[in-house]
Amino acid sequence: MPKVSFTKALKRFYPTLENKIYIKGDNISEILDGIEEKHPGIKDYIVEENGQLRKHVNIFCGEDPIDDRITLSDMVGEEDEVFIIQALSGG
Amino acid sequence: MKNKLLVATRKGLIVFQRDAVSKWKVIGAHFNGIPVSMVYEDPRDGNWWVSLDHGHWGIKLHKSNDKGKTWEEVEAPKYPEGTLVKEGVDATLRYIWAFAAPSSDGSNSLLIGTEPGGLFRLNIQTSESKLNQSLWNHPSRTDQWFGGGRDYPGIHSIVLDPRNDQHMYVGISVAGVFETQDGGNSWMPKNKGLKAEFLPNPDAEIGHDPHILLASSKQPDYMWQQNHCGIYRTENGGDQWIDVSDRDGEAYFGFALAMDDEYPERAWVAPAQSDEIRVPIDQKLCICRTEDGGKNWNTLNSGLPQSYAYDIIYRHCLINQQDELFFGTTTGNLFYSSDGGDHWEALHQFLPMVYCLTWAD
Repeated sequence: MPKVSFTKALKRFYPTLENKIYIKGDNISEILDGIEEKHPGIKDYIVEENGQLRKHVNIFCGEDPIDDRITLSDMVGEEDEVFIIQALSGG
Repeated sequence: MKNKLLVATRKGLIVFQRDAVSKWKVIGAHFNGIPVSMVYEDPRDGNWWVSLDHGHWGIKLHKSNDKGKTWEEVEAPKYPEGTLVKEGVDATLRYIWAFAAPSSDGSNSLLIGTEPGGLFRLNIQTSESKLNQSLWNHPSRTDQWFGGGRDYPGIHSIVLDPRNDQHMYVGISVAGVFETQDGGNSWMPKNKGLKAEFLPNPDAEIGHDPHILLASSKQPDYMWQQNHCGIYRTENGGDQWIDVSDRDGEAYFGFALAMDDEYPERAWVAPAQSDEIRVPIDQKLCICRTEDGGKNWNTLNSGLPQSYAYDIIYRHCLINQQDELFFGTTTGNLFYSSDGGDHWEALHQFLPMVYCLTWAD
């Protein structure tokens, strides 16, 4: 089952969020749905209401940023690790 | 008189309170490090509402029913699937810029003004927000509304008629003032008399930039706006706006405006030099006050910095209750006057950029 790691920034809003969790899913969109089931509301922090990845949020599968930021269709393998992190922006 | 001041800033919400000897002191801070775009105390039940403008995580809505001791997140408005700002651009929530509480429905709903131009009604019990489709589908929206300072049009003012809150106005940058008399089922522009000097036709019906829109609760047809192109008032609910700017003096360009609820011909503005040069005039910070509906303006600067000042006062950052005034600035100053603006003192000079002030109990 894919492993998912989160930026610690999200723990401020979801204190029970573990650093790494295992979520079932064949692509990024399904992974996010699985995270949402465990932590209701968190998906709104990661994607816009039209489902696109937020501009200043990045998702990596292994060391590669995902290609499809619109429908989040990038495939995820059983052994993959997915990283959800914020972009380095702001001030 | 209210004894708390809520200060929404680029780095959080800061709460001031008047103490036993009438001194204003900071008593708390919330959402440290997070931009708070708007703050509002619901006059019906005293609940506090804030909108957070996370750089990374989107726009969030939080409510406190115990004066900030605890907060709960409420689902922020969402544009319905398939809603487009224009062809090829999905409408998504960019900013929350206004709150208003309809008095006629108990404490069931809250009106929320947003960028990119949607007015929402939040059902507080269910946390569901509904986009006002009539305003969103106004035939002028796609071609005659545009962003001003922000990428897309934004509703920054919601003015409810206390006699009948089916009657309300919204102020939109950039589109103008719109009125509904049927609870939002239909909307009409109310921009007659305004000048949009940035348009090929300054007298266009739509495409104006009211920076802030206010009405007297005692005389609701008496309204003011600080506009991008001057200061205007109306005594007939927006049927005709009158330019009362002092184009040869200070009271002309700016963002913020406050009005005396009891004596609506009395108002204050926070001038900046011009559209092109957004600093205090000659870098001397001042507030201007009129007692006669804008026929005459007095410049008030006692206690305000009179050299190398760079403070701009955003549209929701000048407020009054009777003769008490506060204004907060882009450079983190918070000024207070207890005498209608004749004298000012700096209550704080090291705040983050100030986005919104509101009184609270």
